[in-house]
Amino acid sequence: MSFEVITGNHAAGYALSTAGEANRTGRGVACGIYPITPQTEIVEYVAKFPFSKGRVVPVESEHSAMAVSMGASISGARAFTASSANGLAYMAENIMVAGYYRLPIVMVAVNRTLGPPWNIWADQGDTLALRDFAWLQFYCETNQEVLDTTLLAFRLAEDRRILLPAMICMDAFIVSHTQTETDLPDQADVDKFLPDLDLPHRMHFDEARTFGGLAWPHEGLASRLEIDEAMRRVPEVYNECHAAFEETFGRDPGAAVQTFDTYDADVILVASGTMATTAREVVRQRRAAGEKVGLVKIKLYRPFPAEKLRAVCESATRVAVLDRNYAAGSGGIFWQDTQAAFQGHRDDLLIQNYLTGLCGGDVTPQVIDEILADIEQRSAAGEPVWMGVDAGEED
Amino acid sequence: MAATAPAMTRPETCLLRPGNTNCGGCGMSTGLTMLGRALEAANDSCTLVIPACCGVVTAGAYPTTSYGVPVIAATFASAAAVASGVASIRDLNGEPGQVICWAGDGGTYDIGLATLSAAAERNENLIYICYDNEIYGNTGGQRSSATPAGARTATTPFGKTEGKKDIMSIMTAHRIPYAATMSIAHPDDVARKINTALSIRGFRFLLMHSPCPTGWKSEPEDSIELVRIAVASGMFPVYEVYNGASYRINVKPDGTDPADYFERQRRFRDEEIDLDVTRRVCAERMRRLEIMAEQFPHVAD
Repeated sequence: MSFEVITGNHAAGYALSTAGEANRTGRGVACGIYPITPQTEIVEYVAKFPFSKGRVVPVESEHSAMAVSMGASISGARAFTASSANGLAYMAENIMVAGYYRLPIVMVAVNRTLGPPWNIWADQGDTLALRDFAWLQFYCETNQEVLDTTLLAFRLAEDRRILLPAMICMDAFIVSHTQTETDLPDQADVDKFLPDLDLPHRMHFDEARTFGGLAWPHEGLASRLEIDEAMRRVPEVYNECHAAFEETFGRDPGAAVQTFDTYDADVILVASGTMATTAREVVRQRRAAGEKVGLVKIKLYRPFPAEKLRAVCESATRVAVLDRNYAAGSGGIFWQDTQAAFQGHRDDLLIQNYLTGLCGGDVTPQVIDEILADIEQRSAAGEPVWMGVDAGEED
Repeated sequence: MAATAPAMTRPETCLLRPGNTNCGGCGMSTGLTMLGRALEAANDSCTLVIPACCGVVTAGAYPTTSYGVPVIAATFASAAAVASGVASIRDLNGEPGQVICWAGDGGTYDIGLATLSAAAERNENLIYICYDNEIYGNTGGQRSSATPAGARTATTPFGKTEGKKDIMSIMTAHRIPYAATMSIAHPDDVARKINTALSIRGFRFLLMHSPCPTGWKSEPEDSIELVRIAVASGMFPVYEVYNGASYRINVKPDGTDPADYFERQRRFRDEEIDLDVTRRVCAERMRRLEIMAEQFPHVAD
């Protein structure tokens, strides 16, 4: 273990590479890689890593990057890749197939605005557009959380009770390119934490099985039901992986749902990614002033932790959901899931959506203050509120 | 006459098992059988990676499969990339057997071309076989860039106005170790070429002319004869190219007139096929290949 000052991309590259290296006593590791700003440093890191039993395949597109990783995974090897924004959109077909093939591939996705208009800054719309593809999704806040959650995700994804791919998301530049002190685990500890992958449905060269043939409706339905059952097991298995991580690395990798001063809060902010850092600081100030404000950070977004969210919001009368994304025609995506989580459970709860930080806009403490001011004067929830729309005029 | 069909003697381990639902006269089925025999003769094995095409429908519905070998269904554009991953892990683990992409012309000439080109450029250690029936057969017969000029398809209802893409020139331009065309009308040549491909390391591309009675609107019993005419008339040259550099023509056209080829396929009927143009195009293409084979001959192995 060593502390280094590194970027979020470096942290992701380190986690992916050491996880791959840990399978050298198994069937090895292979991955397809393709560059796109702002994740390029991740695949560059992977390309330079001296794998003992691995192959990094520099392909011609994101679609093929996931295809190579799928071929490796189907063959029983550990596999991963990284991408961002329009690259993820181009990769989408194979992302979906990896999920439905139940391949425990781990992908680090740097959240970047989908163009047009072209923009390389943070926006979660790219990965959230892929939310229904049978992948686990994590939204991380810091370099350390990216590193730890990536390692944890391999163990979780490869667990026989889960066998689903996992996407580790981080905000473009705010995490991907910002250097912070990060604890890098030793390879020996990663080896201990990640045993050799033993994929139960892997292809064998001497077994005449067709992987992904046709299926009648009842067989297709059965495969979807199995995915649903696996998704429902995620919170429990996550907690087991979390405990094993702490035991191996002596560090808390961060809970699936993280709370800050929610125990008696009247107003709760629900946020993800780096928005949570700013929101936490504002909550700290408000608490010092005696206000009953709290924060819930959703790290594990798929499967959506509805039960946990309800439990931690018990004292609240108002919930402000901050979305750095916009589902055209229907509002923020975290908000939609939050509403669904409380439907029929807490119909008295005022849940208001705030669209903020879209297309790379800054979510400053002032923005959080405005959100709190808005929700505190409300008698009922309304349409999603777009924050920062006059920013250009003020400049 | 017996009321029941005679018991099948082919073992379950053959590459294409009896009982599949492929059309009568399907060239792809014949090709798969030839591939299976060539592998058996070489005491080799394979994993097939098949993108969307009739070849994947051939497998049939879960939990049964018509294939006696492992098969991975890849997305339409991804066969060569998925196979790159599979071949990488095979090689890292020192395992035997070939990784073979089995793809139609849509997945090769069109949607999969970038993936195919990239895998060829990386010289991936795999075999890519395109069974070229000159149509999107699985979706009901639409034009692909492999469809020849004049052919009526569901999306060229008045006949295709463009000619067939020369995929072999594209592949040989990648200077891959081995590229060859094959016709199921010449099974010995097919067997030798598959065997040659099996013995080479790196990227190997095989193009097989594959009659499709459903799409070509031809009689199933004419299938072999049609592709024989295509070779004999010079419409489908049978040749091989080593390292993109040395050429050999394997079956020389014998001057057969292509008229019969068009006459026996209703996809060409009712459209003006200018046979003089066809004859000239065929002759020019053969001449170019002959020059390559003369100037840059492949010395017999």
